[in-house]
Amino acid sequence: MSFLRVNGLSARLKGAGHPILRGVSLSVAAGEVRGLVGESGAGKSMIGKAVLGILPKAVEVSGGEILLGGVDLLRLPPKERRARIGATCALIPQDPLTALNPSRRIAPQITDRLVDILGWDRGRALARAEELLAEVHIPDPARVLRAYPHELSGGMRQRILIASAFAAEPKLIVADEPTTALDVTVQKQVLKLIAEMQARHGTALLFVTHDLGVVSKVCDSLTVLYGGLVVEDTDVRSFFAGPAHAYSRALLAATPKYTDPQASLTPVPDAVIRDVQAEVAAADRRARHG
Amino acid sequence: MQLLRAVLLRLATTAVTLLGVAVIVFVVIRVVPGNPIAMMLPPGATEADVARLTAQYGLDKSLPEQFLIWAGGVLRGDFGLSITARQPVLDLVLGRLPATLELSVMALVIACLLGGFAALTGTRARGTGGEAAIDVANGMALSIPDFLWGLILVLLFGVLWPLFHISGRVTPSLELPFTTDFYLFESVLRLRFDLWANIVSHMFLPALALAIPLAAIIGQLLKQSLKETMHLDYVTLARTKGYGENHVILREALRNAILPTLTLVGVQFTFLIGGTVIIERLFSYEGLGNLAIDAVINRDLPLIQGIVILFAVIFTAVNLCVDLLYAVLNPRLRHG
Repeated sequence: MSFLRVNGLSARLKGAGHPILRGVSLSVAAGEVRGLVGESGAGKSMIGKAVLGILPKAVEVSGGEILLGGVDLLRLPPKERRARIGATCALIPQDPLTALNPSRRIAPQITDRLVDILGWDRGRALARAEELLAEVHIPDPARVLRAYPHELSGGMRQRILIASAFAAEPKLIVADEPTTALDVTVQKQVLKLIAEMQARHGTALLFVTHDLGVVSKVCDSLTVLYGGLVVEDTDVRSFFAGPAHAYSRALLAATPKYTDPQASLTPVPDAVIRDVQAEVAAADRRARHG
Repeated sequence: MQLLRAVLLRLATTAVTLLGVAVIVFVVIRVVPGNPIAMMLPPGATEADVARLTAQYGLDKSLPEQFLIWAGGVLRGDFGLSITARQPVLDLVLGRLPATLELSVMALVIACLLGGFAALTGTRARGTGGEAAIDVANGMALSIPDFLWGLILVLLFGVLWPLFHISGRVTPSLELPFTTDFYLFESVLRLRFDLWANIVSHMFLPALALAIPLAAIIGQLLKQSLKETMHLDYVTLARTKGYGENHVILREALRNAILPTLTLVGVQFTFLIGGTVIIERLFSYEGLGNLAIDAVINRDLPLIQGIVILFAVIFTAVNLCVDLLYAVLNPRLRHG
């Protein structure tokens, strides 16, 4: 039984009604890492945001369901929805430099959820925070807990955010391009750390990325999106053995090879783009008539 | 250590500022028309009387000489004698200062409460009719100057619906046990809440008139920076932790959004103190502003100089306090 199931989720811009997600379905089970890949604008981040209830104000969900442990979030009143998300999910954000509050110390930013939402006492929460920082290989956790974000490096802050995401033993973590904003040398370590923490805690992980190289390293399964439409949903091994969909194949071919950095880049061919756009249009027609 | 050095540097520049203010005021009030001596003498005074009095107040000496004599006195804490009241300027000014300080601080508190409330509810209701209503109210509060608000408040709550006193600082028939001139403050310390209520009833309307335009400025700026802060990643992250709108605004956004507002409040607070001059006149409030107007009307040169120097000291002190507060609230500044 998957902890997260998204069924036929559609979302659009308010007012103009321009579709952003077109009937997306996917699921993530405990211990599974699902990659969510696509070009920018494919809607991969929007899925994560919809699950966590942090869609931008201009975007509204227009159909489908988001089942979290069997309960449809979209049917819950806002307060219960927030509480449920806060108690069972967490986000590893993209940019560690902006995701920590600059005027609060590190400790309360890790412990706040434990104390306020889960009702732990402060001492226990603080001990847990220290333990977590040690778990993400931060030296001298006690000192870091007292520090302000500006006193720490970007890599350090991303480690703190990862620790914070695992603090309440969530069932599901959404990682929204967690390595994109980092230096290449730090990227690898952070990726390894996320995989290590996920394996240890057995969390379901939804990994939003545009980097198929990253997917091959950390994911078990993946969902390929184009224009808010799922074009392929498969496990990692069969995907890298040979994607079923023409667009996925083109995307894989377009990924730069680390083994041969001098090789010229292959763009996704126009014909493939035309075909997948036709599929998107067909999905829209079906949605209108169904 | 770094903070201490910054403070010392500020004090040094403040001294230069005050010297500049002193020179300008000294020259200007002697250049504008109007002769204090002529106003003191009864009609029919002789040339000899005029000459004698002019010499007595040192007004027959050259301008630089007069300035040096006056500045020398000031450095020894002697601001000269008031021409009209024939009392030491320092005693007069210090006697009135508490009334004005209490009024200004009360106005500042009201402005922060009103403006903060407008900003928070406006942010809470952003993008709805509620925010638009707050914007309209802000615009109105801002476009009417404080003395007109004073008149409006007198009409509304002094005449049509007499809820408050509109004249003076305290009802004159009351017996005051106070040893200082900080009536409001001391009435609380002495637990004389009957007197306190009377004083507040006198101060409320002038303080509100001073506060309304400042409240509008605070409300507008704070709402703007709160709204910008609400889009930042750490606020979004807090939402995923299960926190609601109120919590997110108050604990995540407010402290970061308040910094630009704080600087502005410092600047605007000095304007507010300047506004007491007219407002105190309007409400016959026995403060420094009322004294200043009398001094100007009577061409009481030493008194004008004393009041202006005092105002300048207050302004620079306020600015210094704001800078210190800014350093305390912003951890990035504190650690250099």
